[in-house]
Amino acid sequence: MDLIFEGIKKAFWLIVTFDAEVMGITWLSLKVSGIATLISLVLGISSGTVVALTRFPGRKLTIGVINTGMGLPPVVAGLFVSIMLWRSGPLGFLGILYTPTAMIIAQTVIATPIVMGVSLAAMQNLPPKLRLQIKALGATRLQMIWIMIKEAKLPLLAAIMAGFGGVISEVGASIMVGGNIKGYSRVLTTATVMETSRGNFDVAIALSIILLLLAYLINLVLTHVQQRERPR
Amino acid sequence: MKRIGYVLAVAVLALVALFSQVSIAAAQKNIILATTTSTQDTGLLDVLIPLFEKNTGYMVKTIAVGSGQAMAMGQKGEADVLLVHSADAEKKFMAEGYGANRRLVMHNDFIIVGPPSDPAKVKGVKSATYGMKRIAETGSIFMSRGDNSGTHAKEKGLWKAAAIKPEEGQKWYQQTGLGMGQTLNVASEKRAYTLTDRGTYLSLKKTLDLAILSEGDAALLNVYHVIEPNPAKFRRINVAGGKAFADFMVSKEAQGVIKTFGVEKFGSPLFFPDAGKKVEDLGK
Repeated sequence: MDLIFEGIKKAFWLIVTFDAEVMGITWLSLKVSGIATLISLVLGISSGTVVALTRFPGRKLTIGVINTGMGLPPVVAGLFVSIMLWRSGPLGFLGILYTPTAMIIAQTVIATPIVMGVSLAAMQNLPPKLRLQIKALGATRLQMIWIMIKEAKLPLLAAIMAGFGGVISEVGASIMVGGNIKGYSRVLTTATVMETSRGNFDVAIALSIILLLLAYLINLVLTHVQQRERPR
Repeated sequence: MKRIGYVLAVAVLALVALFSQVSIAAAQKNIILATTTSTQDTGLLDVLIPLFEKNTGYMVKTIAVGSGQAMAMGQKGEADVLLVHSADAEKKFMAEGYGANRRLVMHNDFIIVGPPSDPAKVKGVKSATYGMKRIAETGSIFMSRGDNSGTHAKEKGLWKAAAIKPEEGQKWYQQTGLGMGQTLNVASEKRAYTLTDRGTYLSLKKTLDLAILSEGDAALLNVYHVIEPNPAKFRRINVAGGKAFADFMVSKEAQGVIKTFGVEKFGSPLFFPDAGKKVEDLGK
């Protein structure tokens, strides 16, 4: 019990004093996971919409793959991204292993299927006659898709939350492709693992609390937007 | 439609900014250092690396894994310099031509730690081999690193010397597959014995319920070397950077830091600087 109390005290202290290292780590967590979520939104919503609105052979198989991808273990993504980025690997010439860029790539791989799966479900839940109606009003194909995305706005906000929540909290891929390098690729989750192994449990608890606060604040903003836009 | 375009533009801009940042830094100013967990868990590298970076302008990317994995990275040319402590594996690494230069940096020693109640009565046993034998005979839980690290290699050597094969279905023998710090935490929780380097043990001592039981045997010497990979074998290695780091580790400045590191906090140094000495003369 003492330990938890110490951790909370430490967290409070680190936050109110704007501890430079902790602020750097927090900012990097936000930056990496934020950019990865943005990219996965572009990739995931567009491809999810295409799969939802078209009929093609092997569609059920594809949806099965997407749904499996939603549960892709971060370490598996981390391992494959590492292998690709090794100096001896196919993308080794880029020299980006153990950089924040590599972490963004790995987190994008993790978040994209999540966003894709949620947006696919959201699109399929729209009333089927909506599409006919939009078409009947003379919309072009692009206009139609845009209107449907707007209609599915609320569940799509859930896709953002699920994608962001998935990547800001993952540790396996970040430690493998980022390397947990001090002041460079260390994020909240990897720092927590390291402080735990160093026996600095109070700092580890403090970092966890900051991570939780961060996730809560972001979800609060998104939830606020989502609830405000709720159709009456 | 306008809004989605805006979001896209921001995303692309952010990416471009990030990539350009990376490519500037990548211009041969990066060094990948593959090392053991003990140098990171004790905090030694947190002192040495900023000093090196300030002196030379290089940026060091420390990848703290077991010595076994560090050398595997060296064998594939994934690291520019290695700081490891697994003598036999290092000799093999050099003999197979993966390394160009291997220099002695420092040493400390391994110790056998365990629950203060000491059910296997290891306390005070001078011979490490005999201590391990007692643990096996009494069936007391032993927590192994199990990760091909330098410590794991040393542990396997001790079992071999004691003519015990713990991995053949022995219930008392458990493996964590984790770094030294975490293995110590697990051993402490499970009231198990384990083999650890003194540095990591001392730096974690305040949170552990483990006592030093056997120490001082010559077989328990823990020696750290810095290795520069062979540039003839790999294309993308930062040769100059690796050499600069290796030179720094044996320099007067770094050796001075190693000598006093931890004295203030733990009352005794965690490592002993050895640059220029011979391995045979250590621990005498």
